[in-house]
Amino acid sequence: MISIFFLFLKIFAGVAFLALVIALALLFDGVDRIVNARMQRRYGPPLLQPIYDILKLMGKENIVPRRASKIFFVASPWLAVASSLMVFLYIPSGSFPAVLGTEGDMILVVYLLAMSGLLMAVGGFASGNPIASIGAGREITLMMSYEFPLAVVVCTMAWVAYRVGLPGAPFNLETFANQSIWQAVGKTGAFGLLCLFVSLVLVVPGETGKGPMDIPEAKTEILDGLIIEYSGTNLAMFKLTFALRSFAISVFMTSLFLPISFASMFGISGIIVAVLDFVFFWVKVFAVQMVFVTLMRTAFGRLKIWQASKFYVVRATGLSLAGMILLSIDVLLR
Amino acid sequence: MSTTYKVPIGPVHVGLKEPVTAWLTLDGERIMDAKLRLGAIHRGIEFMARERNPIQVIYLSERICGICSFSHVLAFIRAIEDLSAIKVPPRGQYIRSLVLELERIHSHILWSGVACYSIGFDSAFHLGMEMRERVMDLLELLTGNRVNYGVATFGGVRWDITPEFAKATRDMIKFYRREFTPFRDIVMEDPIAQARMRGVGVLTKEEAVRYSAVGPVARASGLRVDLRKSSPYEAYSDMPVEPVVPQDYFGAAHGDVLDRFAVRVLEVYQSLDLLEKILDGLPDGPFVAETNLNKVLASLKKAEGVGWGIIEAPRGDDTHIVSLKGGEDNVLWWKVRAPTYASAVSWPLMFRGNELADAPLIINSLDPCVSCMERTLTTNAHGDSNIITKQELIKRCREKTDTLRARGGETR
Repeated sequence: MISIFFLFLKIFAGVAFLALVIALALLFDGVDRIVNARMQRRYGPPLLQPIYDILKLMGKENIVPRRASKIFFVASPWLAVASSLMVFLYIPSGSFPAVLGTEGDMILVVYLLAMSGLLMAVGGFASGNPIASIGAGREITLMMSYEFPLAVVVCTMAWVAYRVGLPGAPFNLETFANQSIWQAVGKTGAFGLLCLFVSLVLVVPGETGKGPMDIPEAKTEILDGLIIEYSGTNLAMFKLTFALRSFAISVFMTSLFLPISFASMFGISGIIVAVLDFVFFWVKVFAVQMVFVTLMRTAFGRLKIWQASKFYVVRATGLSLAGMILLSIDVLLR
Repeated sequence: MSTTYKVPIGPVHVGLKEPVTAWLTLDGERIMDAKLRLGAIHRGIEFMARERNPIQVIYLSERICGICSFSHVLAFIRAIEDLSAIKVPPRGQYIRSLVLELERIHSHILWSGVACYSIGFDSAFHLGMEMRERVMDLLELLTGNRVNYGVATFGGVRWDITPEFAKATRDMIKFYRREFTPFRDIVMEDPIAQARMRGVGVLTKEEAVRYSAVGPVARASGLRVDLRKSSPYEAYSDMPVEPVVPQDYFGAAHGDVLDRFAVRVLEVYQSLDLLEKILDGLPDGPFVAETNLNKVLASLKKAEGVGWGIIEAPRGDDTHIVSLKGGEDNVLWWKVRAPTYASAVSWPLMFRGNELADAPLIINSLDPCVSCMERTLTTNAHGDSNIITKQELIKRCREKTDTLRARGGETR
């Protein structure tokens, strides 16, 4: 009886939380567009423009190209948005635990992020358009390049959490959200953590497909690449996926590396503090997204795919491996 | 074993400002072969001119292009002045040079912005576009128009320079010297912009000579060619103009897109210097030889012969050849050879060994003015434009010469 009650509670909490996540992701996307425009000395769209876009696209006709593989073409946007939404069920927000925190961990989050990217590529390949195929090929290449540094970051963090004995399962994100890993390691380790943090920052543009890494959707080269044939509801789903992915990676980064909260700072607890921390968590996410997504995409042009791939395979991987070695030295020699 | 596939860039493409199609044969991202298909916006302007008198054609020639409109007007006017021996007073010549330099500044800044847009550097694109507004405002202050100025006429110009305008120009020069340098540094020192433009779309010096590249494209390949130096016209005979070549500034000319960017950006500074010299040396006196257009028309009606006008437009040599027949109001024939046409021949060369991501940038690196370029279009009922072979063209030319001779020299 109690398990059924918890099941319903989880379903209710999940639906409410995901609705909040969608609203916040689109809202942050609107802010991103305004800030980007202001930095380029433009006025920019209204704050709610992404929401208007989605609503408008929902009412538009869905065109499936004749040469497209219909099942994959129609299914991939929906599956992509579903998998990028599922990410949020496993990430704790502030003092509140993740909705499905006990059912999945960091590895699942990384997989779900990769899955939504992969599904976008599948949709591109299924379009039957050479330009979309190029975009999808670029997406896959980019993914293969940034997944390794991302995996190194995740595994090193878990290993460190396990060795220094942070309470909780090492791969569970709540372990990092509740205690600051920065205080758990020494000076060498903090430097190593910084390396990992920077390599995760470098992965962000690739993961979000913005900034210097908007190669799969390069507008002036391949005309929005893999989404070129999409329209109507399917396109709305892809737009939502883009917004959710940049939001998800910011949330992931915040809970992994920025565990500052009122509760831990002042050592207090209570329902009001928990609510405050919940709000503060989204403020942190907002700051992370502004700095590492919006600022990056305003400040740089677009790389070519082999340049981006080389950048990830050599520099980002090198940096993450350096962070791993530094942390290993710190943890093993203490 | 690799499979290739074909991807079109254009005719309507986000990265291109005018319709031109490049059919690229790709192996993965690498360009194996490029075929350019032109002719999307041919308008038959030269034919339209045959139903107009020379003064009407001034305003027609302005509509050849929206960016280098004054260059086309001036080339046409100089061709008419060449055949009819109309003299231009010095002040008129100086004002013409002034508008030419203003137009060059506006064209080059526009292009710099578009090049940034092609590599996804939108911030620099918006910065460039905002910066260009200043010179557009100045052109509007002088002529009343932003794009097609309507400022030139036979024997001079239609508007004089006022002291207020001279002051506004000097303010603009100061503004650009202050504000344009950060823009240049933002782009040229940006690692990503360098990675995207260095070594891309290379045209060597020998190829530039062989395929008759003109203007900034030729200069970026290291050729010291500039009509303002080699065959000075208007006010340029009073002031030395040195061609801007990258080897003078960076030690070597690579002939790539970054060099073309550098040449155009440096020419903005050169134009600012020239503007100052023009304003300092502005002679007094009339700015137009004859204000009564009826008299001009009457004298042009008597004129007969072929006239040439060649000037250095922002994109290179702009050549107009006009023929008038004595006793007739209208232009007999008129031939325009826009700079893009000369440079476009080297497009397929520039594509070699580059990638799909570079294609729009390479097309844009010529600063193509497609509407200037498209002077002829051949077509049949099926829309296939490749219907005339070289042999057939030669055959037709000979037939036409034979019929002409048979008719005893009657051309029309």
